[in-house]
Amino acid sequence: MAEVNSRQLLKKGAEASLSRAERYGRQVVIKARLPKKYRPAELDTSIRSYRTVHEPQLMNEAKKAGVATPTIFLVDVKNTAVTMEFIEGKQVKQLLNYLSPSEQRELCVRVGELIGKLHAHGLIHGDLTTSNMIVNGEGKIFLIDFGLGEKNMELEAKGVDLHLMKRALQSTHYNLAEECFENVMKGYTAVVGKEEAEKVTEKIKEIEKRGRYITKRQEET
Amino acid sequence: MKEPEEAYCLGIESTADDFGVGISTFQGEILANISDAYIPEEGGIHPREAARHHAEVADKVLSEALTKANINPKTLRVISFAQGPGLGPCLRTGATVARALASYLDVPLVGVNHSVAHIEIGKLKTCTRDPVALYVSGGNTLVAAFECGRYRIFGETLDIALGNCLDVFAREAGLRHRQGLPLGAALEQLATKGEKLVSLPYTVKGMDLSLSGLLTAAVTLLQKGKHKVEDLCYSLQENAFSMVAEVTERALAHTEKKELLLTGGVAANKRLQTMLKSIAEEHNARFNVVPHEFATDNGAMIAWTGVLSYTHGLVTPVEESFVKLRWRVDKVDVPWLK
Ligand SMILES: Nc1ncnc2c1ncn2[C@@H]1O[C@H](COP(=O)(O)OP(=O)(O)O)[C@@H](O)[C@H]1O
Ligand SMILES: [Mg+2]
Repeated sequence: MAEVNSRQLLKKGAEASLSRAERYGRQVVIKARLPKKYRPAELDTSIRSYRTVHEPQLMNEAKKAGVATPTIFLVDVKNTAVTMEFIEGKQVKQLLNYLSPSEQRELCVRVGELIGKLHAHGLIHGDLTTSNMIVNGEGKIFLIDFGLGEKNMELEAKGVDLHLMKRALQSTHYNLAEECFENVMKGYTAVVGKEEAEKVTEKIKEIEKRGRYITKRQEET
Repeated sequence: MKEPEEAYCLGIESTADDFGVGISTFQGEILANISDAYIPEEGGIHPREAARHHAEVADKVLSEALTKANINPKTLRVISFAQGPGLGPCLRTGATVARALASYLDVPLVGVNHSVAHIEIGKLKTCTRDPVALYVSGGNTLVAAFECGRYRIFGETLDIALGNCLDVFAREAGLRHRQGLPLGAALEQLATKGEKLVSLPYTVKGMDLSLSGLLTAAVTLLQKGKHKVEDLCYSLQENAFSMVAEVTERALAHTEKKELLLTGGVAANKRLQTMLKSIAEEHNARFNVVPHEFATDNGAMIAWTGVLSYTHGLVTPVEESFVKLRWRVDKVDVPWLK
């Protein structure tokens, strides 16, 4: 009980509430996915349990791929809560607009390298935004928030993942978006190789062009 | 810029299956809003046939709108038209009518973005100022909010639109477009009789969502015939709407705006309204739904957005009035905001 009381609300996002606490003598973050009243309870429970179980799995896999993620301490499926290491640092979102052009470039290239490492290992992050990247005191980048991720080797999944990165840049860093994404792709290319990067780039273009209408069922597949 | 009271804008909508003409005063009073829908014999929209329909009804709809508004065409100050996004042949028909009218009356032409128009008419009719807008229709599914000079997209479909997903399933389920009851409404009725939630794909990806996997799975189950149609309609709606609601909630949390606006043809769905209302309450935001008459594609929204554009110095020279099939809302300047 004392532990519960010492929890400190860090952030109440759209999906989860995050609080900071001390456990096992270290600083941790408890990410609890809250019930959503708007959707049927059955559907709500299955979505939250699924994400609660998958997020830590993918975070561990990401570590193996050489991408830093917070260490997971506890997965509480019943309460759809995950306890993980607290990363002292700043979100890339908070940093980006205040960096010099060359620092911006460097940071984006490094982000691209991390995405490349994930993809090369068949990991799709699923929610690549600048809020889901934390830079710690030593300048190391941690990726978080893998709840929408999956294991998938297909070109389509990689293309969508990067397309979402681009979209996130466009909606929060409108003026920098284009250049930032170019640099992300530079870092990505350095890791996955030119040939693969070109294929993914083509795929992104195709995704962007996709029609929003289907007139007959057959035309969809 | 101050305009005399009798300044009017006539707007032409023809992005998909509706041909609509609306007339708005410069103060935002809608004097007429007439449309004529192309209803395919079977299957979905065939762009060329829809365009032919639009060309056939254009004169009739125009004169009905002018009669309804009870104004002399000579008093029209500006002609606006939906320049995109939409289906090529349909867009071109509307643009041609608009160009002819503007040149005949010797008034300026303004091309407006159809998605922006859906948001603006919603704001006008519900007295909303700065909302997170969810625009859901047969051809579009997006969450947008104004930031720094433009509407930014905080969520959208990666493949098909929400209305399209519902319509295709409804057609597969044998529902027909009946007089006064669109496919979506027929599906909604059936869904209220559903009791069992059938497990279907739920695909939210980052800030976006994907509906084609859900549709394919639902149609496959329908064809297998093991579930009641009512249950499938119910489950399809619950999954699709929950996905849309989730990305909308993310946008509300991210932008911290205090208004949520539901607009577009699918806005009429009561279940979707209930879900979004619940989200708005959770975030202490005011929830508004565009009135039914202005929910589906209509000329009034094009006329009103024409007024906003024109009174803020935007005109479209004829040589730049080509249609834009994939014109995204975040590519449109909206100088009338902030
Ligand atoms: N392990 C962590 N250490 C430090 N801060 C964290 C950690 N996990 C999350 N956060 C902070 O909380 C925010 C929300 O967490 P996140 O996992 O992204 O959940 P959500 O699904 O709500 O976006 C992050 O953007 C970050 O600022
Ligand atoms: Mg996050």
